[in-house]
Amino acid sequence: MNGGPTSAQPDGSRIAIDVKGLTKSFGGREVVHDLSMQVKRGSIYGFLGPNGSGKTTTIRILCGLLTPDSGEGTCLGYDIRRDADKIKRKVGYMTQRFSLYQDLSVRENLEFVARLYGMPDARGAAADMIARIGLKGREEQLAANLSGGWKQRLALGACTLPNPQLLLLDEPTAGVDPKARRDFWNEIHALAAEGLTVLVSTHYMDEAERCHEIAYIAYGHLLAHGTVDEVIAASALSTWTVTGEDFNGLMAELTNKPGVDMVAPFGTSLHVSGRDKAALEAAIAPYRDDSKWHWQPSEPSLEDVFIDLMGRSKDNFQG
Amino acid sequence: MRATDTIRNGEDREPAFGFWRRSYAMLVKEFIQLRRDRVSFAMIIMLPVMQLTLFGYAINTTPRNLPTAVLTQEDTDLGRSILKAMENTAYFHFVREVHTVEQFDELLQSGKVLFGVEIPRGFERAVRRGDRPALLVAADATDPTAAGSALGALGPLVQTALAHDLHVGDPPDMPFEIRAHARYNPAADSRLNIVPGLVGTILTMTMLIFTALSVTREIERGTMESLLSMPIKPVEVMFGKIIPYVLVGFIQATLIIAIGILLFGVPVLGSLTLLALLTTLFITTNLSIGYTFSTIVQNQLQAMQLSMMFFLPSILLSGFMFPFAGMPVWAQYIGEGLPLTHFVRIVRAIMLKGAAMPNLQYDTIALAALMLFAMTVAVTRFRRTLD
Repeated sequence: MNGGPTSAQPDGSRIAIDVKGLTKSFGGREVVHDLSMQVKRGSIYGFLGPNGSGKTTTIRILCGLLTPDSGEGTCLGYDIRRDADKIKRKVGYMTQRFSLYQDLSVRENLEFVARLYGMPDARGAAADMIARIGLKGREEQLAANLSGGWKQRLALGACTLPNPQLLLLDEPTAGVDPKARRDFWNEIHALAAEGLTVLVSTHYMDEAERCHEIAYIAYGHLLAHGTVDEVIAASALSTWTVTGEDFNGLMAELTNKPGVDMVAPFGTSLHVSGRDKAALEAAIAPYRDDSKWHWQPSEPSLEDVFIDLMGRSKDNFQG
Repeated sequence: MRATDTIRNGEDREPAFGFWRRSYAMLVKEFIQLRRDRVSFAMIIMLPVMQLTLFGYAINTTPRNLPTAVLTQEDTDLGRSILKAMENTAYFHFVREVHTVEQFDELLQSGKVLFGVEIPRGFERAVRRGDRPALLVAADATDPTAAGSALGALGPLVQTALAHDLHVGDPPDMPFEIRAHARYNPAADSRLNIVPGLVGTILTMTMLIFTALSVTREIERGTMESLLSMPIKPVEVMFGKIIPYVLVGFIQATLIIAIGILLFGVPVLGSLTLLALLTTLFITTNLSIGYTFSTIVQNQLQAMQLSMMFFLPSILLSGFMFPFAGMPVWAQYIGEGLPLTHFVRIVRAIMLKGAAMPNLQYDTIALAALMLFAMTVAVTRFRRTLD
């Protein structure tokens, strides 16, 4: 694969995506609000957020499928408003819903993409990709008859086929089993190691932790970004982990206490979090001496942070 | 729910009027969906109203004011009286006056006129002498309906009209003879007319549908999102979608014409190459129009409806089913905008009259213009983003 981080670019920059103030509305509803972000070349950038938070819209703006109402920026050094055609040549976009031709075979789909990008040896390129994504033996199977995991591999194969420099993956692992998900992420890391920049949206926290950097978006607002550790640190959330038995009563009692912002069960333990450390400690004090439970201060998980962010953004933008 | 369950468990009993409730639920849902689909809803109203008023006024099976040419080889009072009498029948409308036989034949062959009246040299003198000379009326009988009633009315009506003018007695005493000559299809065999027309009609229907569904299908199946994210331009999408069907249409046309020749004995008097060439042009024009529809509508149902809305006038106003010359002028203008009108003229002219390119220039240019217009609209209408 070409297009490593050091290869010559129009601006020679080390930044793959650089956008400022993107805004997009549909039917009077603002889906993306004043969104700015930078993605380094060769990195895996996770895009997280609840359903309908504007992830797909942002990705579509980046690859020229939507025009922003306002805002500007570059993708691989090309202006996202003026150079959509050039961006399309160098960006692979994997849609949320499978969007290859169901009535074409695996090979025919890949050859179609290869021809469309004007690759000199479309058959050869398709055959190589079939081997790479492990679909050998299924070349002649119609895409419609593939299982979810195979479809997703085919889709990834199709969007990496023309040797793009940037991959935009919109919830690529939704509805895919854990083994296929892991293989998929290994492939993404392999691609990034070859110098590809990957922007991937997801709901899964374990996937977020596989990214070099993440951004959290809710209600069209970018709420946090950085490495996983930076995002957790920036949240200023204090968390206590409770282990023991019979959480049901405890959960109900803690949920509405001042100082407790979030109570979430994690299997045999309970995460109790608050933004104000002192207030949280005051709130849990009456329960800490109970021998039924064991209390331990802990780091909030990424999920704790996101659910907290989501709760706060709801207050800010929906209230 | 199985019957055994119903018996064992009272709570699982089939609710009262279950059939009606479920049917009702389905019915309500369908109405809501229908109401949301504005275009379909509009077409439910528009289609019958528009089509009925359009065709009700436009179609006329006993056409009048048919375009007629006159070949005058002498300019006499008697000749002028006869022409006047013919025009008074309201069947004939003299549009051209020519002086050579070649011009006269060209007008008939190209379909610019349906009738030609020839007043031979020395006609008036021969009448005076009592020779009962012949007045030649040539008719383009490729479409027997159009020519038939006018020819039928010719003899008696002209005689009656002239009787007053010439102060002659009863019709049997007519001092000249009207000799009607049905050209191209002398036996008035309507199959000879219908089969060439069917070539165009069948092609219109099939070609239109092929491409009318093409873009909406991509949108409905979700493949459009992928396609748009790749570096392909609207013109390229269009050509890629039209060209395969040109071949399909060509095979179809070959089949129809072959059946016409073999089973119905329709002749091909003109050049087969020219016929193949112009048929390809016609196929491409229809595919372009279908593709244009595809870029305008939102779903496949609308695409089908729009195709039907185009197809009906194509059949009724193109001169395929009813005489073109018999329609009011406004309907003829609509007809000129339909590719089938031009193709029906072309295919009849080549097959039945042996016409060559010079006779068909106008209709060829019209087809090409319609094709380019449709393509331009399609390319500008094609949305390159999902906005």
